[in-house]
Amino acid sequence: MSLDAPPPAPRAEEGPQVGADEWVARQARRREYLPSWLGRAQRLGDRVGWWPRLAVAGLAAAALPLLGLGGFQLQVGIDALVIALLAVGLNIVVGWAGVLDLGYVAFFGFGAYGFALVSSGQIGADGIHLPSYVSIPLVMLAAAVLGLLVGLPSRRLIGDYLAIVTLFFGEAFVEFTNNVAPGALGGPNGIVGIDPVSVFGHKITSNGGYYYLLVVVLVVTMAVLRLLEFSRTGRAWRAVREDPLAAASMTVPVNWVKLMAFAFGAAVAALAGTVFVAQQISVFPTDFDTPILILVYAGLILGGAGSIAGAATGALVVMVIYDGLLRSPSDSGYLFYGLILLTLLVKLRPWRRLAVVLGACVAFGFAAHAIAAAISARAVAGGPGSTGWIASALHDWVIVPANATVAGNYGFVALVCLLIALVQAGPRWRTILLVPALYLASFVWETRLVTEPAITRQLMIGAILIVMMNARPQGLLGQRRVEAIT
Amino acid sequence: MSAGEDVAAAAGPEDGGAHGRSVLQLEGLSLSFGGLRALSGLDLEVRDEEIVSLIGPNGAGKTTVFNVITGVYEPSDGDVFFAGKPIAGLAPHSIARMGIARTFQSLRLFLNMSVIENVMAATYGNTKAMPWESVLRLPRARREEREVRALAADVLSFFGQRLAGYRWDQPAYSLSYANRRRLEIARALATRPRLLLLDEPAAGMNPAETHEITELIERLRAERDVAILVIEHDMHVVASCSDRVVALDHGVKIAEGGFDQVASHPAVVEAYLGRDPEALSDAG
Repeated sequence: MSLDAPPPAPRAEEGPQVGADEWVARQARRREYLPSWLGRAQRLGDRVGWWPRLAVAGLAAAALPLLGLGGFQLQVGIDALVIALLAVGLNIVVGWAGVLDLGYVAFFGFGAYGFALVSSGQIGADGIHLPSYVSIPLVMLAAAVLGLLVGLPSRRLIGDYLAIVTLFFGEAFVEFTNNVAPGALGGPNGIVGIDPVSVFGHKITSNGGYYYLLVVVLVVTMAVLRLLEFSRTGRAWRAVREDPLAAASMTVPVNWVKLMAFAFGAAVAALAGTVFVAQQISVFPTDFDTPILILVYAGLILGGAGSIAGAATGALVVMVIYDGLLRSPSDSGYLFYGLILLTLLVKLRPWRRLAVVLGACVAFGFAAHAIAAAISARAVAGGPGSTGWIASALHDWVIVPANATVAGNYGFVALVCLLIALVQAGPRWRTILLVPALYLASFVWETRLVTEPAITRQLMIGAILIVMMNARPQGLLGQRRVEAIT
Repeated sequence: MSAGEDVAAAAGPEDGGAHGRSVLQLEGLSLSFGGLRALSGLDLEVRDEEIVSLIGPNGAGKTTVFNVITGVYEPSDGDVFFAGKPIAGLAPHSIARMGIARTFQSLRLFLNMSVIENVMAATYGNTKAMPWESVLRLPRARREEREVRALAADVLSFFGQRLAGYRWDQPAYSLSYANRRRLEIARALATRPRLLLLDEPAAGMNPAETHEITELIERLRAERDVAILVIEHDMHVVASCSDRVVALDHGVKIAEGGFDQVASHPAVVEAYLGRDPEALSDAG
C-alpha cells in the first residue's frame, strides 16, 4: 500500500534537479501499474529489464509442453503463437508508424499461399519443392515488396481513408484466392499436400515440433524488432505516428518511413503465414477472412499497441481465451466465474462491501431457487449448463427451468437492461442492483451462453475489450499515451 | 563532443558560410488559397548569422512564410533560395536536410517519445544506417548511434539545468510548457541547421522565461552559428535581439529595417492599432 502513496510534492529548495516535470512523470508512471499483486509483478519485471523478461517468457513457453499438453491444447498453443507473431508484425504498422492497416491479413495469406506454391506439387508436373531456408526468406522478401506496392498508392491516404482502402485490399485478397487462377491457387479447395518446414535438414512434422519452431520464431522476431524499435528506423516510425508534419520538418521522409513500416509488417505477416501453412499442410481462402483480422487487432489492442511484448501477450491471451477456454463448457465456466470474481475483488472496496455483496448473492440464489422449486418443479427441472464441480456447486443455487433456451433468451434481455440500470444508478443502488445482476448473469450463462460457445466467445472477447478500455486503455503492457491537442 | 561534430560535418552545407552572405532569399513570393492571397510579392533576405524578426498582426501571414520556406506549402509564384539553391517545391524533409530547421507556434513535439528520443529522431536525415544494420549492430549503425546520442546530449545541454541529465528518458508529455518550447528548439538544433525558424518562441511564457528566451536566441547565434528568422509578438524580445525587423500585414511587407525605425513606421502603427481617428477625421 505504501507503494501506492503519492510522493511528496517537490519543494523549491531541493535544488534544480527535482522539478515539477519529474514529479508529474513519476505520478504518470505510478498510475500505470496494475493494482495489487499484479502491479508488484510488473514492478519486478520493470526492474529486471526487457531482455531477461523475453528470455524467461520464451523458456516458459518452451517448457509448457513438458506439462503434458494434449493434442487440442498444443493446437491452441500453435494457433496462439501464429496470431502472436501476426500481432507483433501489425504492431510495427499500427503501434509504431500509426497507420491503420485493415488489410494486414492479406500479407499473412500471401505468405501462406507463397510458401504453399513453392513447397508443394501445385505448379508443374512435379511441383516446386524449394528448401525452407530458400522459400521462407524468398516469400518474406516478396511480401515486403508487395507491402511497398500496396503502400505506394495509399501513401497519400491517412486515417479513415487508408483504413477503408486497406480493408478492401484484404477482402480483395480473399476473393482473389477464391476466384482467380483456380489451377494454381485451387480456388475454394485451396492447396493441399504442402511440404513441412525443415530446419538444418530435419523435417518438422509433429505439432510439438511446430510449437517449438513457433516459440523460437516469435522470440527471435521480438528480439529483432526490439533492436529496431530504438534504432534510427524505429524512432522515425514513432515520430511519424506522433506528428507527421513535425517529423517531416525534422528531416524524416514521412512517406518512405510509412512504406518501410508496411514492408516490415508484411514480411513478419508472411513469415507467420509460411509456418502456419506448413503446420496445416493445407491452405484455404477462408483462413484469411475478417475474423483473423479481428483477433489480431483484439490481441494488439488488449496487449497495448506500441509495445512488442504487449502485442505478443495480448494475442496469446486473446487466442487462449477464444480458441482454448471458451470452446469447452467446463473451461469457459472457470473463465466466466473467475473473471467476475476477479473484477469484484479488484473493484469492490472496502472488503466489507465485497463480503456483503457476495453473501447476499449466495443467499439470494438459494432463496430464489427454493421459492421457484416450491412453486413449480418444472422451474428448476433443467440442470446448469456447466459441467464438473461448478455444475454441482450451482445445482441448488441457480434456477434452470425445463425450457432453458426460452428462459435464457428473456434472461439475456433482462440482463442487458439491468446492466444499463447498473451503470446509470448511484452508488447505493448500484450495490443493491449488483446482487440480482450477478445472479441473472449466472442464470443467462448457465441457460444460454454456455451452450453456444461459438457466439459466447465473441461476446466474451468484446466484453473483455470493453472492460480493458475502461480499466486500462493503454492495454496490458502498453504505455499510456497522450494525444496532442492542436 | 567530437563525436557529435562528425555528424555536423556530414550534415552541414559544404561551404562554411562567410559572414554576411545570404542564407535565405525570398523573391516575389506569392501564395494564394483559392481567392485568398496569403502572401503577395514578398521579398526577404536573411544573411549568415543574422537575426531577423518577422512581426505583424494576427493573420498577417507570418507562419505562412515559414510554411512556404519549409516546404509545407508550394508558393504560387516567386522563388525561395537557400544558400543560393532554389528550394521551392522540395519536400519538407529535403529542405530540413539542407539545413533549415523550425519550431512550431502550437508545439508539435513527439509527445509520447522520451525527451532524448525527440532530439535523436531529428537526426534521421543526416544518418544512414539501414534497418538491418541497426538490428545486426553493424559498425556503421553503432558509430552513428553513438554520434547521435552525443549530439543529442550536446544540444540538450545547451539549455543547461533546464533539460539536464536524468530527465532525458522521461516522456516529452511530462515536460512543462516552457520546457516543451525549449525541447522544440533543441530538436531543431539536432538537424544541424544553418537557418533556424522560430515561430513565437516566447508565446505563453512568463516575463522571466521571456527574458531567458531573448538571451537564448542570442546564444544560439553566438554558439551555434545559425542565422535566425523569428516570429515574435513580444516586442521586448524583438527589440533586444533582432538585427533587422520585417513587418508584414495581409501578406505584404509593409516595413523593413531596424527595430525603432519599423516600430515607428506609420504603416506598422496602422496595421497594429488602426488609423488615427483624428487623422481620419482630418482626411474626411
